[in-house]
Amino acid sequence: MKKVLTGFAASLLVIMAAFSSFGQSAPPSVGGTLPKISLPVPQDEAYRQYLGLKGGGTFLVPQIKANVVIVQIFSMYCPHCQRDAPVANEFFSKLSADSKLKDTVKLIGIGAGNSDFEIDFFRKQYGIKFPLFSDGEFLIHKSIGEVRTPYFIAIKINKNGTHKVVYSKLGGINDPDEFLKIVRGFSGL
Amino acid sequence: MIKNIKYIISLLVVLLLTGPAFGLSDAYKNNIYSPGELKPVDSVLNVKVGDKAPDFTLPSLSGERISLNDYKGKKNVVLSFVPAAWTPVCSDQWPGYNLARSFFDENDAILLGITVDNIPTLYAWTNQMGNLWFPVLSDFWPHGGVADLYGVLRTSGVTERALFVIDKEGIIRYATVGDINKRPELGALVTELRKLKGK
Repeated sequence: MKKVLTGFAASLLVIMAAFSSFGQSAPPSVGGTLPKISLPVPQDEAYRQYLGLKGGGTFLVPQIKANVVIVQIFSMYCPHCQRDAPVANEFFSKLSADSKLKDTVKLIGIGAGNSDFEIDFFRKQYGIKFPLFSDGEFLIHKSIGEVRTPYFIAIKINKNGTHKVVYSKLGGINDPDEFLKIVRGFSGL
Repeated sequence: MIKNIKYIISLLVVLLLTGPAFGLSDAYKNNIYSPGELKPVDSVLNVKVGDKAPDFTLPSLSGERISLNDYKGKKNVVLSFVPAAWTPVCSDQWPGYNLARSFFDENDAILLGITVDNIPTLYAWTNQMGNLWFPVLSDFWPHGGVADLYGVLRTSGVTERALFVIDKEGIIRYATVGDINKRPELGALVTELRKLKGK
């Protein structure tokens, strides 16, 4: 009996360990690395070009062709994200208009708990131009510490493919010019 | 020793089963109470698709008393029962419907949001959501009377996470009681609303 119970407890510990390696208790910290976030390569050719991706399948965030990738964690259902959506659009326009930043800093959004339908609706509702990805089952959201939304994470990608988190903060963009200054700061451009 | 192992197993099981993820908006700061993982469904529906929707009258946040029959012959009606104010999933669901108004308008539908909370609680809670375009009704007293009428009152005294689509003739066209721990997907409701066209 003791042996059976010990075996059962050991199995549970293995399952727990598997869960904990997938789910991270805290958001990514500056200086650390991003958990493995696997996303589908967009079907839209314009998005594929923007991200520097080819073919189908999936990709990891550091595989995006950029020096810096900013990841916006949002939800269609989040009032702050709704209010911040036009501001994020303005930031993206400014980013795209900046000759130094447009090819080196890329922006993507991940909808925590949002289905493809919900993401598509959110994109159309606010005329969002940067790529959005769904995380319908909160799997990515769990892996980044179940952050409140909106939340922004930025990574700097090294030439050898490794990366480092350079920004990790709760809250919307609020002021596109101010955020652009912050981006210039952590991107070193 | 066996007692200790049993204790560890119980603890591990509890840890495994708790802590569902919520896409919680920062709009609510730290004011959301998490009840943990609940029994997905804890009631039995009293109505079904094809039934005449039971009429009711409830006080709304605006001060008006609103009856289901007010919309008969005028609007399709969606009833959204959510379990409780200031809880994780519920606090996201209505802001989503607030944004998705166009789907309701396109299908000539009004949304009625219902909880068993009292009006002051609903006032404070919904203020965090922005200006809601749809009426919010309080099924506080007699406690959960309307929820009970529809068969969506849980044994704990809160409602299920339930959606009903009622056509202009007052007939129930869609009824779903989802897992209380999960937000219903918007696309499924939009599909049902679109089915009303031409009816």
